Amino acid sequence: MLINVAETVVTDALRGMAAAHPELTVDVENRVILRRDAPVAGKVALVSGGGSGHEPLHGGFVGPGMLAAACPGEVFTSPVPDQMVRAAAAVDSGAGVLFIVKNYTGDVLNFDMAAELAEDEGIQVAKVLVNDDVAVTDSLYTAGRRGTGATLFVEKIAGAAAEEGQSLERVEAIARQVNESARSFGVALSACSTPAKGSPTFDLPPGELELGIGIHGEPGRERRAMMTSGEIAEFAVNAVLEDLNPTAPVLALVNGMGATPLLELYGFNAEVQRVLAERGVPVARTLVGNYVTSLDMAGASVTLCQVDEELLRLWDAPVSTAGLRWGM
Amino acid sequence: MLDADFFRRWMTATAVAVDGAAARLTELDSPIGDADHGSNLQRGFTAVRTVLDKEAPGTPGAVLTLAGRQLISTVGGASGPLYGTLLRRTGKALGDAAEVSGAELATALRVGVDAVAALGGAAPGDKTMLDALVPAVDALDGGDFAAASSAAEHGAEATTPLQARKGRASYLGERSIGHQDPGATSSALLFAALAETAEATS
Repeated sequence: MLINVAETVVTDALRGMAAAHPELTVDVENRVILRRDAPVAGKVALVSGGGSGHEPLHGGFVGPGMLAAACPGEVFTSPVPDQMVRAAAAVDSGAGVLFIVKNYTGDVLNFDMAAELAEDEGIQVAKVLVNDDVAVTDSLYTAGRRGTGATLFVEKIAGAAAEEGQSLERVEAIARQVNESARSFGVALSACSTPAKGSPTFDLPPGELELGIGIHGEPGRERRAMMTSGEIAEFAVNAVLEDLNPTAPVLALVNGMGATPLLELYGFNAEVQRVLAERGVPVARTLVGNYVTSLDMAGASVTLCQVDEELLRLWDAPVSTAGLRWGM
Repeated sequence: MLDADFFRRWMTATAVAVDGAAARLTELDSPIGDADHGSNLQRGFTAVRTVLDKEAPGTPGAVLTLAGRQLISTVGGASGPLYGTLLRRTGKALGDAAEVSGAELATALRVGVDAVAALGGAAPGDKTMLDALVPAVDALDGGDFAAASSAAEHGAEATTPLQARKGRASYLGERSIGHQDPGATSSALLFAALAETAEATS
């Protein structure tokens, strides 16, 4: 691994981020990444966060048109309430703060505690849970569907609404609509290695793949002999469409897990688009790249989000962050 | 009777136990979690030792409340709020008495464990911390620390054949069977440290 020691991986990355992005305020000590111009008068501020290891999520999505602040935790570990409260206080203009929380027990508990503390400080806080991963089917006997690729759609689209000056109530409703309209499915061709452990978190021999993986190095629900890109695309798209019956065009995110080259991702996208065309699902926009990653895991996920004209307009609105930038 | 110094030594003994078991906890967390339970708790209990040395709280309740707050502020993940709530709520239940009996600690720990169950929405048998904590407080009634420690350890071991229904291991479904739960294992350390501290005191 290209690190100094495991204990300083997150701090080192934040120092590097500060050096690369003068348009951001990076509080390395308190682990908060902020828009330099925060708080922005009259505008709702989006705050997200989660374990590190998913870059560019979330810190790479801080900037005009998306997040006002992000709180990075240790690798694959939710940040602590202190970070979220600090972030909320720094970005709140008085128009309120929306917490965007991926549905993992740790993130939910810490953001819940932070919301209470922030409200004690007089900050108006709303929360939206992202839970788009269709691989978790039995919500009665699990912690519920995980938040994965749809987080990018929620942060971008709700961020555009906030940037336009829409109210907290409205921005929250849009974020919920995006989450409810989006579903994801991921596969791994190799496990990832956390800095703390230094070796793969599960054993996946070459020639096999895991279907329905999460983004924390946890194995999936099923292991199979290696499939072709086309077969994987069919499996993933069908899994998503089983749960989402789009009656309008979709946004497609073909997302790399961290160690799969863009050459392979674009090839995979060709297959995803083929399957969608065969299933009669029109695609409004496509994004291909490493956006919601799992350290050095090889593999990909597919996220589809059904959009109406308003959501599509907000998706196309200008954004300027380290990880996503267009129109400005 | 147990005074603030006893509780401070309990927390120190827990920190030492977590240090010693960190690699094993992380190993247990690999197949059914994300391989960081040991390092996360280590960071938290190291911070607990530091803050207890610095602020030297004067009552048993204040020691546990401060320790719990420190865990919430430093651990993150699910373990931070859950362990933090366990200690904070137990500490609050002890009130501001300068000394407490074993029976009073048993009653307060029951309050703390109930708070963990409420926060996490889990029940015994879900393959979580509660599978060690609940048998431990059941065995502790009256203040038998050795029995509580042994019950916690057995409870942790008994998670191996269970299928996880809460937390990250639950995503594995049936594949979570056959692995001992890391959270139940670390919960047993807390009670082992309590028994050890009590033995050293008597």
